Amino acid sequence: MNIDAAAPVALIVEDEPQIRRFVRMALEGEGWQVHQSETLRRGLIDAGTRTPDLIILDLGLPDGDGLQLIRDVRAWSPVPIIVLSARIDEADKITALDAGADDYLTKPFGIGELLARVRAALRRQHKAGGEPSARIVFGKVEVDLHMRTVQRDGQPVHLTPTEYKLLSVLLANLGRVVTAPQLLREVWGPSNADNGHYVRIYMGHLRQKLEDDPAQPRHLLTETAVGYRLQP
Amino acid sequence: MQSSGSTTSSLTAAGRGVLAVLRAEDGDERTVAAAARLAAPDGAWHAILVENAQTRRRGEAARLRTLELLRQAQARGAVTAVLEGPDAAAVAAGYARRHGCATAVLARERASSWWRTPFLRRLALVAPELDFVEVAAPAIAAAPPGPLPDPHAPGVPAPRRYLAAAGASLGTALVALPLLPLLDVANVAMLFLLTVVLVAIRLGRGPAIVATLVGFCALVPAAPRRQYDVSEFKYGVALAVMLAVGWITARLTSDLREQAQSAIGREARTRALYEFARALSVALQTEQVFEITRRFLARSFEARAAILLPDDGGRLRWPDAGVGSDERAPVLSVLDMAAAQWTFDHAAPAGAGTGTLPSNPYLFLPLLAPMRSRGVLAVRVPDVGALLVPERRELLDAFAALAAIALERVHYVDVAQDAVVRMEGERLRNSLLAALSHDLRTPLTGLVGLSESLTLSRPPLAAAQMELANALRDEARRMSTLVANLLDMARIQSGGVKLNLQWQLIEETIGSALRACRWQLAARTVETDIPRGLPLVRFDATLLERVLCNLLENAGKYTPPDARVTIAARAQDRQMFVAVCDDGPGLPAGRENDLFEKFVRGQQESPISGVGLGLAICRAIVEAHGGRMRAWNLEGAGACFEFSLPLGDPPPLPDADPEHHDNPISQHEH
Repeated sequence: MNIDAAAPVALIVEDEPQIRRFVRMALEGEGWQVHQSETLRRGLIDAGTRTPDLIILDLGLPDGDGLQLIRDVRAWSPVPIIVLSARIDEADKITALDAGADDYLTKPFGIGELLARVRAALRRQHKAGGEPSARIVFGKVEVDLHMRTVQRDGQPVHLTPTEYKLLSVLLANLGRVVTAPQLLREVWGPSNADNGHYVRIYMGHLRQKLEDDPAQPRHLLTETAVGYRLQP
Repeated sequence: MQSSGSTTSSLTAAGRGVLAVLRAEDGDERTVAAAARLAAPDGAWHAILVENAQTRRRGEAARLRTLELLRQAQARGAVTAVLEGPDAAAVAAGYARRHGCATAVLARERASSWWRTPFLRRLALVAPELDFVEVAAPAIAAAPPGPLPDPHAPGVPAPRRYLAAAGASLGTALVALPLLPLLDVANVAMLFLLTVVLVAIRLGRGPAIVATLVGFCALVPAAPRRQYDVSEFKYGVALAVMLAVGWITARLTSDLREQAQSAIGREARTRALYEFARALSVALQTEQVFEITRRFLARSFEARAAILLPDDGGRLRWPDAGVGSDERAPVLSVLDMAAAQWTFDHAAPAGAGTGTLPSNPYLFLPLLAPMRSRGVLAVRVPDVGALLVPERRELLDAFAALAAIALERVHYVDVAQDAVVRMEGERLRNSLLAALSHDLRTPLTGLVGLSESLTLSRPPLAAAQMELANALRDEARRMSTLVANLLDMARIQSGGVKLNLQWQLIEETIGSALRACRWQLAARTVETDIPRGLPLVRFDATLLERVLCNLLENAGKYTPPDARVTIAARAQDRQMFVAVCDDGPGLPAGRENDLFEKFVRGQQESPISGVGLGLAICRAIVEAHGGRMRAWNLEGAGACFEFSLPLGDPPPLPDADPEHHDNPISQHEH
C-alpha cells in the first residue's frame, strides 16, 4: 500500500473504454489515482508494478479469464479486488468470490453502488489491520461482540446460538457479499454443503427479528443465487 | 487357342466395353436399352447389326426399325455399325475383339428350332472370352407376375375332367386288354393303377375314382372264362384290390395335390405380402405409398385401388385427379365417398363383399394404424365374388394394415422433419438473440454509468440538465431490463436453460426483487402481504426474481404515479400463489390471457413502450417450474397477475435451536 502517497492507487482492468472512463471518473472524484489496463496480460503486469490499493477487474477480457488475475494477485497481495461481470451465470460470480475477489458488480451498475462497494472493501481491509471494533451499529440494531448481545431500538433481542453465529459471520464481512456456501461452511460446518436452505431459513429468522419489514429488508440483503450482504 | 490372348487384349484395350448385337428382331429395342444401362457412365458401348441372308428374310420393315434403333443408340453415346457376313456369330465376335468389348448383350430367341443351334450358343463357341447378357423376350418379360392363384378355381371345367379321366382309363384298357392273354391279370391291374395315379395328380379325386371304376368295368367283361375255379377267384381278388387301391390312391394323391396347391397359394400370398412390405418400407412420401399400394393391388388382385385420406376435420378428401397418366385410378362417385366416410368413421369395412352396403362395387377397408385410423382403402375388383374367398380377404386386410402402417410412418417422418426444421429455425433465432443481447449489454453499462457520471459531475448541473441526465440514466436502465428479458427469453426458448432449483423462502425472493426493481415503481406505494411461516418452495431464484421484476415493471408502466401495488403470497392446495395487484386502470376485458403471448400489449398503439415480452417471459419461466400464470381485473379498479408454483416435499430442517420459535414450517401449529 502506498501509505505515504498523496492519493491511493486504483487499477482498472477492463477492455471497454466507456466503462473504464466512467469508473475512472467516479474514482478520481473520490480522490483516487487511477491506472487502466485493457487486457489481462497488461493487467497482470500493472498489478505487479503499480502496487495498487484497489483492483477493479472485468471477468470477460478479450485475452483471457479475469479469474486468472485474481488467483495470481492473491498469491502475493491482499489488495481488494472488485469484479465486474456481464455474465448472468451466478456460478461465475461465486467462483470469483471463492478465488479471492472481495466483491462483485453485475453490469449494468450504478456509480453509487460502485463507490459503496469500494468503501466497504477498503473499510474491511483497514479493520483487518487495526483493532476490531467491539460494537457494530446498523440501522436500529446494535451488536456488542464482546458481550454477545443484540439490541434493536434499545430493546434486547434474543437470538439463538445459530442465529448469532450467522450474524457474526455477516458482521465480520460487513458491507461485503458472503457466498451461501461460505456461510454454510462457517456456521454449520463442512458436512452441510448441500443444505443451502438452512441459510435461507435462518436469514429469514434474522430478518424477522432485526428488520422493520422482513419482506423489504434494508440491511440483511440477499444477493440472489450468490449469497448475502449485511449492509450497514 | 487365340481366345486367351484376345481376352487380355480386350480387357486392356478398353476395359469393359459393352456390345449390343442386334438381329433385326423384336427384342432389339430391349437389347439396346439393356446395353445402355450396362455401359459405364463414361465407358464406350457399341451397337451393331449383323446382316446376312437370314436377317434379310425378316423383311425390310424389321430392318428399318433396327436401323432406327441404331440411330437412337448413337444418340445415347454408342458406337454403331452395320456389318455383313454369312456367319453372324463370327462377324460379331471379330467386332467385339477389335473394339475391346467384354460383354455382349443379345435378345433371347423366341423359340429356336431343334435342328438349329441358338445364336447365343454359336457366338459363345467362337468368342469364349465374352460375357453374355441375355435380354428377356419382350412378351414374357413385359408380363407382370400374374394374379394370385385361387386354390378353389379349377384349371379345367369339371365335366371335361371326368371325361378325360374316363378316356384315360378306356385308352389304358385298349392297350392293356389285348395283352391280357400274355400278362398276368395283376400286371394289367397295375397298368390301370398307374393311370389312376396320373389322373389323380392331374385332375383330382373325382376323376380318379371315375378312372378306377371305368378301368374296373373294362376289366370285368374281359374275365377269362377258361378256368372257372382258381383263376376266376384270382381275377376277382385282383380286381377288388385294384378297386380298393385305386380308390385310396385317388384320395391320397388328390389330397396331396390339394395341399401342394394350397401351399403354392400360401407361398404366393406370403410373397406378395413380403414384396409389398418391402416396397412400402422405402416409401418416404404419401404419394409413394399410394403408388405402391395401387401397383400391388393391381398385380395381385387385378384390382383398381385408391387410398383416401382425411383432412384435418376428419372428412375424407377426394382422390387427386392430377395424375392424369394413370387411367387405372378408380373414379369414385358421391355415394362411394359416403360409404368410404362411413368406413373411416366406424373403422369397419364396407361395400362389396361385406355386410354394409354390399351393392357398392367398391370394397372399402379402413387403414387402421397403431395410433389412429389413417384413411380408407377403396378396392374395385373385376369379380366381386373373389372378395368372398376368405384367403383373399385376409390378404386384402393384410395389405390394408401394411399400407396403414406405412402411412403412419410417413406421417411421423413428416412430423419429425417439421420438428427438425422448426428446431433449427428456433435455435438460429435464439442464438442470434443471445449474441445480440450480450452485445447490447456492454454499451448499456457504459450508458448507465456515463449518464450517472453526468449527474454527479462538478460543478453540479443546472436543474434542467440534471433532469435530463436522470431521465437518460433511467431510460438506459429500462433498456438494460429489456435486454435482460430478451436474453432470458432466448435462454428459456433455446431449451438451454437449466433451472437452478433450490428450496427457497418466497419472502426472500420478493424482497430481493423489490430491491432490484423498486425504482421502476417510482413513488408508487408497495405493500407486501406475506404470512409468516409459509412453506419452502423449490424454484430458480434468479428466474423468479425476473418474473417478479417484470410484474412490478408492468405495474409501474400501466398505472398512474400515485397507484398502490400489493404483493401477496399464500399457500393453498399444495400450491404457492403469488399475486401482484395494482389499483390502476386494469386489463382490457376479455384479453387477459392473450397478454402472455409474445409481443402482445394491452392496447394497440399504446404510447407506453415495451413489446409485451415481459409477460411472455413470466409465463415461460413459471411454466418451466410446473406452475401456471393468470391475470384478471379486480372489482372496482386494478389488475392482478398471479402465478402458482407447486409445493413439493421440503427437505428436512436443520436441527432445531433450543430457543427458536418461528420455524417456517411449524408456524401454523403455534
